[in-house]
Amino acid sequence: MSAPADLLYSDVEEELRRSVRGVLADRADWTKVLARVETDERYDLALWRTLSDEMGLAGLPVTEDDGGAGASLRETAVVMEELGRAVAPVPFLGSAVLATVALSVAGAHDELTALASGARTGTLGVSFATAPGAAFPAVVSADGGRLTGSVTSVVDALPADLVVVPALAAGKPSLYVVDAADLQRTPVVSLDLTRPLCDLRFDGVAGREIATGEQAERAFHAALYAGAAMLASEQLGLAERCLEMSLDYTKSRYQFARPIGSYQALKHRMADLWAGLVQARAVARYAADCCARADDDIPVAVAVAGAFVSPLAVRAAEECVQMHGGIGFTWEHPAHLYLKRAKSTSIALGTADAHRATLGQLVDLPA
Amino acid sequence: MTPANTDELRDRVRGFLAEHDPAATDRLEFLRARFDAGLAWVQFPVGLGGLGLPRAWQGVVDAELAAVHAPDNDPRRIGIGLGMAAPTILAFGTDEQKSRYLRPLWTGEEVWCQLFSEPGAGSDLAALATRAVRDGDDWIVNGQKVWTSMAHEARWAILVTRTDPDVPKHRGLTYFVCNMTDPGVEVRPLRQITGEAEFNEVFLTDVRIPDAQRLGEVNDGWRVAQTTLMNERVAIGGGSAPREGGMISLLTQAWRDRPELRTPGMHDALLRLWVDAEVARLAGERLRQQLRAGEPGPEGSANKLVFATLNQQMSGLLLELLGEEGLRYDDWTMRRPTKVDFYGRSPGFAYLRSKGNSIEGGTSEILRNIISERVLGLPGEIRIDKDVAWKDLPR
Repeated sequence: MSAPADLLYSDVEEELRRSVRGVLADRADWTKVLARVETDERYDLALWRTLSDEMGLAGLPVTEDDGGAGASLRETAVVMEELGRAVAPVPFLGSAVLATVALSVAGAHDELTALASGARTGTLGVSFATAPGAAFPAVVSADGGRLTGSVTSVVDALPADLVVVPALAAGKPSLYVVDAADLQRTPVVSLDLTRPLCDLRFDGVAGREIATGEQAERAFHAALYAGAAMLASEQLGLAERCLEMSLDYTKSRYQFARPIGSYQALKHRMADLWAGLVQARAVARYAADCCARADDDIPVAVAVAGAFVSPLAVRAAEECVQMHGGIGFTWEHPAHLYLKRAKSTSIALGTADAHRATLGQLVDLPA
Repeated sequence: MTPANTDELRDRVRGFLAEHDPAATDRLEFLRARFDAGLAWVQFPVGLGGLGLPRAWQGVVDAELAAVHAPDNDPRRIGIGLGMAAPTILAFGTDEQKSRYLRPLWTGEEVWCQLFSEPGAGSDLAALATRAVRDGDDWIVNGQKVWTSMAHEARWAILVTRTDPDVPKHRGLTYFVCNMTDPGVEVRPLRQITGEAEFNEVFLTDVRIPDAQRLGEVNDGWRVAQTTLMNERVAIGGGSAPREGGMISLLTQAWRDRPELRTPGMHDALLRLWVDAEVARLAGERLRQQLRAGEPGPEGSANKLVFATLNQQMSGLLLELLGEEGLRYDDWTMRRPTKVDFYGRSPGFAYLRSKGNSIEGGTSEILRNIISERVLGLPGEIRIDKDVAWKDLPR
């Protein structure tokens, strides 16, 4: 906890929020998102081009020298909140967070510039269930620039042009960039309809080494910490939207000649959710601010945010289904899109339990 | 000249300190001089302890004074006066009332208490039954109040009474300042589950209150009381709470010092509460930053709700963690504390005292009603008492 954290939103961040929300309201309202989930175009690549290329959001934390906006992960977190509110099917997390942070720490300027400008799309070739602080993966090996192995349940790999792959070269941690077109990508039937995963297979695929040893490890860890921090903001936005849907519905749904939102059995649960959101916003902002300042407290901030926000988001989504009653259990209502996203994301980049276990070590509370 | 910015305010404080060396001045004289210099609460008007400045600037004054270890007015001892009586007197008092009451209130020379709750009117405060009947230039007051902290030390009380029983409950209330030394005011300790008596019952028997001590109009007491209740003290400025401060520190200390107590179940429970405590700390910090930036919001009510449960869970887990030691209590003797100290006594005390957190200052259930109705816009409770004269309400 070196510098005091700024837990508020700046005027620039609020302006950014408004513009992203405006675009998503127009291009990713829930009927459009739902209509896409059983088609071959699971990702909305036209929307992704608007966000990444036209609006310049893919390169928010990237320096202007590397073709980015010269902002930070604080601004990225605001975009994540809005994407969570809309459960928008774009590869922002994989490309603008995971791959971008890995490439940045690895010093891979060419690829970084390509992602920051929106010219190309990337992701990090690790299981989406990997928790920050995990050991460097050993599922892919590299020999003479050729990669062999497989990685399961990778996020945002389907629309990717390139994949940043952690691999062991003669047992030494290394990071490679490979062309996604050279990989065997097998889509996974995913619990989350709006963020489909896929399995990757490397059969001697050519890769370009961008970092080895300690630098490769740092890039790998930084990407996971940033990813988990940004997911906390995404879950915050999602939870906020779920509460809004519950409020709208319980104010307008009449049973026994009164709005069901007049019953304390529902009112009090929504009040508790709102109180939880107030807490969640503080810790999500803290984690984003730590990432933006490269603060020493990042591991604790991310563990606390990961342990707190996801369970709240799952509760908000579950309550959204329950408070909508029968309609909330149907395919035609958006509540299930949020439930599937919230629950999947609560497992992604570390379960709450994994974050707590990490925390126990970080703050000297051993088992 | 009113300071135009915080730098000028800082200069003003330094100038004041140059003339009133805190080390060489009697504590009370120093506090009185500080009040007269407008540095007591800068948001108050000139002449009433303030300079008519933004409330957030008080932090500048406090920091300068703390840096030279100037004596303070022991705010925890006079919280009711500072947080509730003063803003109400400022909003509704006559000029005479303001100049009579505010200075000794702020310096702590006169302690204030609050005569609101009654045995029959807790969450439903507006149903209160203490009667005030006009008698010439005075009012004659009869009734019983409860949960009055500091009543046994107080010189004055803010008091809400029923003056018209024939109209619906909110419309027949009148607000007074009551002299606690008057005949007919009887204070009895109210012993609580911890064994001590932080609070009192106050019996009012034919207490004669001059009409000059009325705050606001006759039968407009509910509006005045709302001002009091809205002004629950909000801490601005001051230092940020440290990580692992407060109740969680008792748990972490026991965990680190005594490995023999550790079990997997306790470990999981401890980490869950550590996370919740850290998040609550950050939420408090965020609220402070909002207030400092002049963006007050309703988040304080969320933090109060969360804190109550969290404090109860933490103190409950501590007793369990301690095992056999948790079977013991320090002392059931009836004490009369003037400040609440959660941490200075045994874990059993913290556990029992924290049960009050979800009751005092608005129960958690009422708080959830308020949040859901005023913040979230959900429909209000169905009311059967709105258009019924107070005297006809079931009780």
